Amino acid sequence: MNRFIGFIKKEFYHILRDRRSLFILFGMPIVQVMLFGFAITNEINNVDIAILDHSKDVNTKEIINKIATSKYFSIKGFIDHEDEIESTFKKGKIKAVLNFEKDFSKNLVTQKKATVQIVTDATDPNTANTISNYVGSILKNYQQELNQGLNLPYQIVPQTRMVFNPELKSVYMFVPGVMTIILMLVSAMMTSISITKEKELGTMEILLVSPLNPIQVIVGKVVPYILLSIINAAVIILLSIFVFKMPVQGSLFLLGAESTLFIVNALSLGILISTISSTQQTAMMISLMGLMLPVILLSGFIFPISSMPLPLQLISNIIPAKWFIMILKGIMLKGVGLAYVWKETLILIGMTIFFIVLSVKKYKIRLE
Amino acid sequence: MGIILNNISKSYANVPALDDISFEVAPGELFGLIGPDGAGKTTLFRILTTLLIQDRGNAAVAGYDVLKQYKDIRNHVGYMPGRFSLYQDLTVEENLTFFATIFGTTIEENYDLIKDIYIQIEPFKDRRAGKLSGGMKQKLALCCALIHKPKVLFLDEPTTGVDPVSRKEFWEMLKRLQQKNITILVSTPYMDEAELCDRIALITNGKILQINTPEAIIASFPKKIYKVRSSNTYQLIQDLRIYPDTHSAYPFGEYLHFTPKSEAFGPMDLSKYLEERHHKGIEVKETVATIEDTFMDLSKAQE
Repeated sequence: MNRFIGFIKKEFYHILRDRRSLFILFGMPIVQVMLFGFAITNEINNVDIAILDHSKDVNTKEIINKIATSKYFSIKGFIDHEDEIESTFKKGKIKAVLNFEKDFSKNLVTQKKATVQIVTDATDPNTANTISNYVGSILKNYQQELNQGLNLPYQIVPQTRMVFNPELKSVYMFVPGVMTIILMLVSAMMTSISITKEKELGTMEILLVSPLNPIQVIVGKVVPYILLSIINAAVIILLSIFVFKMPVQGSLFLLGAESTLFIVNALSLGILISTISSTQQTAMMISLMGLMLPVILLSGFIFPISSMPLPLQLISNIIPAKWFIMILKGIMLKGVGLAYVWKETLILIGMTIFFIVLSVKKYKIRLE
Repeated sequence: MGIILNNISKSYANVPALDDISFEVAPGELFGLIGPDGAGKTTLFRILTTLLIQDRGNAAVAGYDVLKQYKDIRNHVGYMPGRFSLYQDLTVEENLTFFATIFGTTIEENYDLIKDIYIQIEPFKDRRAGKLSGGMKQKLALCCALIHKPKVLFLDEPTTGVDPVSRKEFWEMLKRLQQKNITILVSTPYMDEAELCDRIALITNGKILQINTPEAIIASFPKKIYKVRSSNTYQLIQDLRIYPDTHSAYPFGEYLHFTPKSEAFGPMDLSKYLEERHHKGIEVKETVATIEDTFMDLSKAQE
């Protein structure tokens, strides 16, 4: 046991003294989450919108004026009919259409309530969401101005309608994806590099001619990275919750446990890579090409698996990241418990055991 | 309990690296493996340290078979590879502690064994191993190989790339370690170091040329040997090679070492020949053979 602890201590020295790796380890997750997060939830400016005004009365004019004078929107056209909305969007410039109902002012006076529909082009779901929020707040402002000194308040009801992507499918989706990529990269690439480094520098030769057995070496290599990756996963989750206000619906404990499982899975892949490569560079290339690309392209992070051709759909099944992203989406966005993700969890456990057994078997107890 | 090799052969992709090697190293002996680069020394070390598997033959280290009991060997030998193989980003002390720990011991437990060596690098114990000088690196590597009190110590070219003063110190240390009953197998391309071993094996092209004490090897040199010098060394070696009575001629320090073919050779004949060829400052003197001369002679005979 002492031997093992001594080995782990040595690994921590390596990690903490290599500033570049340390930067990759901790800098990259933060930078990536920030980049993805801010690139997506950025503010909007001068977004082109069109107006479909069925009433053309005092109130709608005032509202249109308010919107036109705000720096967020510029009105680029007026249309006369609902049928034109889609074709307007298809031209690509206009991102939203404000659709005022018939008899807007009349409804406001008689029924104290009038409706305006905000139709957005949700191919870019984040912009769509931001636009409806901004229009909503402009409407609210106007409503407050109208209501000053009135006993029975008027109510302007904004109705949001998304075209093309009504369920807003990729909002917050980047968090599970980025988390998967980072855990994969840190865990698999870093371990495979740290093991091949020993081969390259010749220290593996001395480790082999010592009483350490393969399991002690492998586990000793992996334990520090498990700890670091767990810290990383926690940082990513905390950033998403506190910086991007992402709701985590499910149990944090389950989230942590599943993340740890995926980390161990990625680490065992890293060990496997190190057993087949003899230089740090090969290990890095294999990790990048063999792991990163499939994770990005075939895991469902960027391209939905259901829209892939059948052969790719089948291949995606052997990619651990696919299952982990499914688990993450389930827990984070839908708030489901283990009862709903047990199948994916079992698949991940099975893959992990397979990789570990394979790497222990492939680990060379000699030089050739 | 020392080292025994029986008919060890090993090839890499049909290129033979070791060809039918057999010898024994007695317990407590300081045994030298002398040969040029590519002679097969490292392959031999790797077979004995259980890192490679021989194609044929068998070997035992400290009484353990290199194949079947490789785990026992790994517990009881110290190995210092030819390339500096410690953790460069760890300090001197951390390296030593690490190797003590993985062998299940502590620095304190075996301190007396490494004390003489460690004292010299102790002032730098907080320095990273990568920042040490060549000689210091070797001392640290030796400490790390010794820290678990091995029965057999394997040193693969420990003095390559080390300055002459450190080399001398290093060999003095080996002599002291020998007193502590550790069997030492050391390889070196430097013939002058060979004379410091109890016995040596001359090895080239995967074959052993001779095994004996350094004195006996020198005494076995069959011919008279002359050191020859002139002001134009390059021309001298050209001329000696076409001289009809030349058996061998090769550079040796500032001289050429020359052995004649005939028993009747006299130094005056050679001086005269060289004068005819317009050499100046000619010097032809009989000298004592060295290990290198023997080595050159034996490898020439092998060809």
